[in-house]
Amino acid sequence: MALTGLVLAGFVLGHMTGNLLMFKGPEAINAYAAWLHANPGLLWGARAVLIISTIAHIWAGILLSLDNRAARAGGPAVDATRRATIASRTMPYSGVVILGFAIFHLLHFTFKAVALGDVSFGDDVYKMVIAGFSSKPVAYFYIISLLLLCLHLSHGVSSVFQTLGLRNERWRSRLDGLALAYGWIIALGFISIPLAVLTGYLK
Amino acid sequence: MVQDNGKEPTLALKLRVWRQRRGQPGAFEEHSLAAVPTSASFLEMMDMLNEQLIKAGKDTFAFDHDCREGICGMCSMTINGMPHGPIPGVTTCQLHMRNFRDGETITVEPWRARAFPVLKDLAVDRSGFDKVIQSGGFITVRTGSAPEANNIPVPKPIADEAMDAAECIGCGACVASCKNGSAMLFVGAKINHLNILPQGQAERDRRTLSMVKTMDEAGFGNCTNYGECQAHCPKSITLDVIAKLNRDYLRARVKEFFSSTGKPSKGGD
Repeated sequence: MALTGLVLAGFVLGHMTGNLLMFKGPEAINAYAAWLHANPGLLWGARAVLIISTIAHIWAGILLSLDNRAARAGGPAVDATRRATIASRTMPYSGVVILGFAIFHLLHFTFKAVALGDVSFGDDVYKMVIAGFSSKPVAYFYIISLLLLCLHLSHGVSSVFQTLGLRNERWRSRLDGLALAYGWIIALGFISIPLAVLTGYLK
Repeated sequence: MVQDNGKEPTLALKLRVWRQRRGQPGAFEEHSLAAVPTSASFLEMMDMLNEQLIKAGKDTFAFDHDCREGICGMCSMTINGMPHGPIPGVTTCQLHMRNFRDGETITVEPWRARAFPVLKDLAVDRSGFDKVIQSGGFITVRTGSAPEANNIPVPKPIADEAMDAAECIGCGACVASCKNGSAMLFVGAKINHLNILPQGQAERDRRTLSMVKTMDEAGFGNCTNYGECQAHCPKSITLDVIAKLNRDYLRARVKEFFSSTGKPSKGGD
């Protein structure tokens, strides 16, 4: 979970940073997209790592959740949680929504198979994104999914350190804070784009 | 509370206590218990309940207990959903009835975990822990006469750290409080205790690998960093021991992977 999660957490930072080129104008984001597609080795290498990491992350998550649920044997009749965070308790659920979102997102912007209408954008990524987020349900789904990603990262990133043995009581609260900040940076970075489209800032 | 002529206040309680026979489904039984002194420990309150049941010709509730001074790790009750009850850092035997209100309903359950099957009522089978200890919770020493205590110098910080981990009394509250039924806090405490001392170095990697393997085979769940174990541990063992267990486990796995077979490879040189 930790190593594949680390790959995916690193990917969203790169993806988010690239997306922010939307604010530099159509030329910047389109040039970035063209550059990615001009380096098929880099593009497909990254895609292969991501696909493998995603499948491994999901597979490990399913096995972990099922085994842990069975090991709990129903738990006590009275729930008295002392410190487990909402994020930690909802990891499988936030994960499922994020997966659903990722599939939709690929169909939406990569395969251009859904929710974009009949318009053909060719290589104009900028126009495609504006058209994509002009649909309010799509934009809201995107924003909610990214907030769930923030929640997921706030527990996941901190847990990576624990799994690798790089955490102690002195560093735990700092790493929890770092993970939460990371989650917010990722979420707000991504969300800024549909918000800017919805408010008419990006046209 | 009922104040009785300057005497100790007492409580009247409603108790929901788990009744179960081995291998059969269980259920809560409700009982009323009056005149419980606030100075009584939780186990003494359970003794009062059992005496009341004996007088009425009914079956008593089975529960584990031994030293009743907080150091043996035998008592094991989930009280209102909390292993060892509402006061952090104490065992059930050191929990006193002054921490409850008059007229309160108290729910008493056994440890709930796949690896701890119920033997009867509130007593569970914790032999999964024994198996983990047998698989690596030892060091190699010359037996016979007692070895000289200061033959092997132990730096004070190491001794302190080992002692912090050795505080674990193996009660199982970590497993009972974990939403995954994981024993990582227990195994982490035992591994840290022995792995950092000079006397524990000989078996260090073997101990780590075999205790983790035994833990998994015994049916415990996996850590997902809820932190409930630390919050319910009667000895306040911290998640540090789990981080260090993970670190030692990774180290042992890497060393095992690249270990020398003592023979040249067949693939030519």
